[in-house]
Amino acid sequence: MIVIQGSNMAEAHPVGFQWVMEAKRRGAKVFHVDPRFTRTSALADSYLPIRAGTDIALLGGVVRYILDNELDFREYVVSYTNAATIVTEDYRDTEDLHGLFSGFKEENASYDQTSWRYEGQGQNVPPRDTETQRETAAGLEHESHGAPVNGQTQRDETLQHPRCVYQILKRHYARYTPEMVERVCGIPQEKFLELAEAWTRNSGRDRTGMLVYSVGWTQHSVGVQYIRTGAIIQLLLGNVGRPGGGVMALRGHASIQGSTDIPTLFNLLPGYLPMPHHADHPTLDEWVDSIRHPGQKGFWGNARTYGVNLLKAYWGDAATADNDYCYGYMPRMTGDHGTYQQVLDMIDGKIKGYFLLGQNPAVGSAHGRAQRLGMANLDWLVVRDLFMIESATFWQNGPEIETGEIVPEECRTEVFFLPAASHVEKEGSFTQTQRLLQWREKAVEPPGDARSELWFFYHLGRIIRERLATSTRPRDRALLDLNWNYPTHGPHAEPSAESVLYEINGYEVASGRPLSSFTEMKDDGSTAGGCWIYTGVYEDGVNQAARRKPAGEQSLVALEWGWAWPANRRILYNRASADPDGNPWSERKKYVWWDPQKAEWTGYDVPDFEKGKPPSYRPPVDSSGVAGIAGDDPFILQGDGKGWLYAPTGVLDGPMPTHYEPVESPVRNPLYRQQANPTRKVYTHPINTLNPSPPEPHSEVFPYVFTVSRLTEHHTAGGMSRMVRPLAELQPEMFVEVSPELAVERGLDHLGWAYLVTTRAAIEARVLVTDRLTPLRIEDRIIHQVWLPYHFGFEGLVTGESANDLFGISLDPNVLIQESKVGTCDVRAGRRPRGQELLELLVDYRRRSGDLGPHYPPQVTTDVADSGRDREV
Amino acid sequence: MGVRRWVESWPLYRQLTGTDPLGRGAAAKSAGSLSLTARTETADSMARSVCPYCAVGCAQRVFVKDGQVTQIEGDPDSPISRGRLCPKGAASKSLVTSPFRQTTVRYRRPYSTQWEDLDLDTAMNMIADRVLAARDETWEDVDDAGRPLNRTLGISSLGGATLDNEENYLIKKLFTAMGALQIENQARI
Repeated sequence: MIVIQGSNMAEAHPVGFQWVMEAKRRGAKVFHVDPRFTRTSALADSYLPIRAGTDIALLGGVVRYILDNELDFREYVVSYTNAATIVTEDYRDTEDLHGLFSGFKEENASYDQTSWRYEGQGQNVPPRDTETQRETAAGLEHESHGAPVNGQTQRDETLQHPRCVYQILKRHYARYTPEMVERVCGIPQEKFLELAEAWTRNSGRDRTGMLVYSVGWTQHSVGVQYIRTGAIIQLLLGNVGRPGGGVMALRGHASIQGSTDIPTLFNLLPGYLPMPHHADHPTLDEWVDSIRHPGQKGFWGNARTYGVNLLKAYWGDAATADNDYCYGYMPRMTGDHGTYQQVLDMIDGKIKGYFLLGQNPAVGSAHGRAQRLGMANLDWLVVRDLFMIESATFWQNGPEIETGEIVPEECRTEVFFLPAASHVEKEGSFTQTQRLLQWREKAVEPPGDARSELWFFYHLGRIIRERLATSTRPRDRALLDLNWNYPTHGPHAEPSAESVLYEINGYEVASGRPLSSFTEMKDDGSTAGGCWIYTGVYEDGVNQAARRKPAGEQSLVALEWGWAWPANRRILYNRASADPDGNPWSERKKYVWWDPQKAEWTGYDVPDFEKGKPPSYRPPVDSSGVAGIAGDDPFILQGDGKGWLYAPTGVLDGPMPTHYEPVESPVRNPLYRQQANPTRKVYTHPINTLNPSPPEPHSEVFPYVFTVSRLTEHHTAGGMSRMVRPLAELQPEMFVEVSPELAVERGLDHLGWAYLVTTRAAIEARVLVTDRLTPLRIEDRIIHQVWLPYHFGFEGLVTGESANDLFGISLDPNVLIQESKVGTCDVRAGRRPRGQELLELLVDYRRRSGDLGPHYPPQVTTDVADSGRDREV
Repeated sequence: MGVRRWVESWPLYRQLTGTDPLGRGAAAKSAGSLSLTARTETADSMARSVCPYCAVGCAQRVFVKDGQVTQIEGDPDSPISRGRLCPKGAASKSLVTSPFRQTTVRYRRPYSTQWEDLDLDTAMNMIADRVLAARDETWEDVDDAGRPLNRTLGISSLGGATLDNEENYLIKKLFTAMGALQIENQARI
């Protein structure tokens, strides 16, 4: 069983999709859920059309189906999840509060999570207030570790206690019936039941089901909760930590996983350590305690070791126990410093310089006009890319030239374009979407002035350090003490990528011996390591990521091809592939098990458990850290060792996923008075106006739903595809897909022109009339959806207007990712107006939608009792 | 040519009688195609690489002759991709050898309407000047309560998901030591 939702795998990840086809050939059922019928749908056994932005309603319906029919994998659920854990009596559900959970604070639209906690003393004392967590995207820190929770919980393994998680879950989803799924999502009841029935039938001891998603799930104002709903289903069905199971995120750039693990992100340090916050983490001890949560179980108990090793890798000899390993050098966050906040700050003149390193925000980020106007208001901009992309030429060729919003002679931004080396012109590792590192050998020298990022940053650092060499200012110590000695080679003094990988891996300071596991790390400065979860990639001084043992010469798990973090483990939490006693759940799904003779865990993969800890191990009362994890607790990074059906802390918009409408929606939430995610990140800035949505008036001005995604032949913002001849030839033009019904309604001709209008922009595209898009019946009306590719811009061999220009900026509260998979728009036949007439058109739409000033739909709508009986509680 | 040899020259005959029943190899070859040599056979070297587009991580073999990339194809050894590439991966030779690539530094002065050339060393030094100046002008030592900030909010950076792990590591390390916090990449979108 494979469920693909929020992903067009056949077209966006075609080579990975061969394994879906392989599974189908062997009898697996493939389901595809998507607003648009794609090649993935064509190859699936069953296709479910869905209204964009309603996935939680569908998945919540599956949760209800499982619980109502008691189809969960009971032994797995009782032992490995928190289903039996009892929640405090202070907790109130969205069913009681019109779509809000208990603890909502109107003044800053965030939750006090105290009432969500488990029953018991000292549970999840919030280490930081939730508004700060939202501002700093703290949810991302939990990518590999659990939020704080004490392991001493109360459980009812009969699952009958009215306040146990199982019963709370059941009540929370009680109204997500097949009828409700149909009303919210537009999915016929029989199609929904076909999915729910197949998913449950194909899960259990002998069978597993897999869930696949991509940015069709993440790019929503409730994106994290989409994925949590998928995880809840997979935990209830026993599909986590087992072969053929899991929740697979198909990511879209060659090393987007690596750039999250070793982050170029404002709120993270390597290995998911948080960037220090000025108020919460003034000292090393406070920073460490905020990660390890003293008294908590699991591997994060060793957070001090991971932190000290990073500081030691950064500042080398200068980092000593006496100076807290130079912790004081770290810059501190005070709030949201994310990319969208930065762009608004650029518009407001607060930012002087901007580096673009293989990213093209003028096309690829939401609200392209804001991106371009921000870049037009810098002192300087450095663009490093293979090609002359839109983000380098906005001052010359951008659409704002025509409207007069950017005038080259008045635009002060100084632009440096530095050509970059391609993937074959440098060596280094990519981490692909399943955490697997693969090393690339260098094939040729880069042409002309083209250089690697490694070269650029190493030499920029070298020059800056030389300039400051005689400085005595305290602020320059962090640069001067930096461990910045990498061997260089070749005519351009290219730094050694392997020497950087060695530092990332970690080493014994005295001997230089590479560490083979993060368990060898010490917190006394005797070891250094730049990213603890990557330790082992340079084990024995061998670049493990460069291993290329042919697939045919090794096991199916292929442990000798590349190297996966952590510890070359291919399936995370694989302790769950064995039953609580350590035996495989079934012969068919055997993967990792306990060998009583050898008294150790063994199997086809590297066991994700302490090798010698028997299934019968029970931690002493009040134990913490790794010792606190019982022999049958597979989720070793969680504070209670359990998979979380219910999140007692750490997820900012609620302990369980709830259907909220997208921020821009033509539909009133059929489930709750609360319309959209009340805790979403809102940017009130004059440029960021949003379309009105129910229960506000005037949403009919933007009656259609639009969504965007990829074509096989193009890549993201087009910087690596619109400039490439064969790809440009294969997909030469921007277009919009509309249903035949909408074409009639709006007078659109196939292959003619149409333009789409939002309060931000109007863009034009050629019309493709196709029944790949189906009008959906939602409540008592028809909702039309249109689809666009988002790859086009004004540079390159083929050009077209940018779909991302249509979006406003609204973010998920947990990770600050923007809602750019769904918005509302108008669609009109013909070419769009140009120049001043375009600006007048947008003003006209804003006037008709009731607000000429910047407009933001209200965050809380629970006092609007306009609802039908379903919304009434 | 005798009749027998003439008949044996028919692809259909060879397909039906020979070792290539699907007619996709030896049976389909003509005298012309028999004399061709693949670029992969005459290459000076081959680098083991990985496709630069999405995150599936398909393995590539990059063939080089006389210092130029002559062919990029899927690596059949890979347990992930089994030698296959999608249209983008298959076009990666066109990507890296594209005549439209910029190979020299370009510079646009403030208020200018055109690009100019600039020497790479000069550009590096100009960028270093600007980084240091922006940092000094926007430096924050402490917050209102006297707690350390050690930072500049005058510098931003975006991108990393198309780059190597080692590059991301150096970018984050240098910016952190510089006090530049506003470092972001495609993972945020």
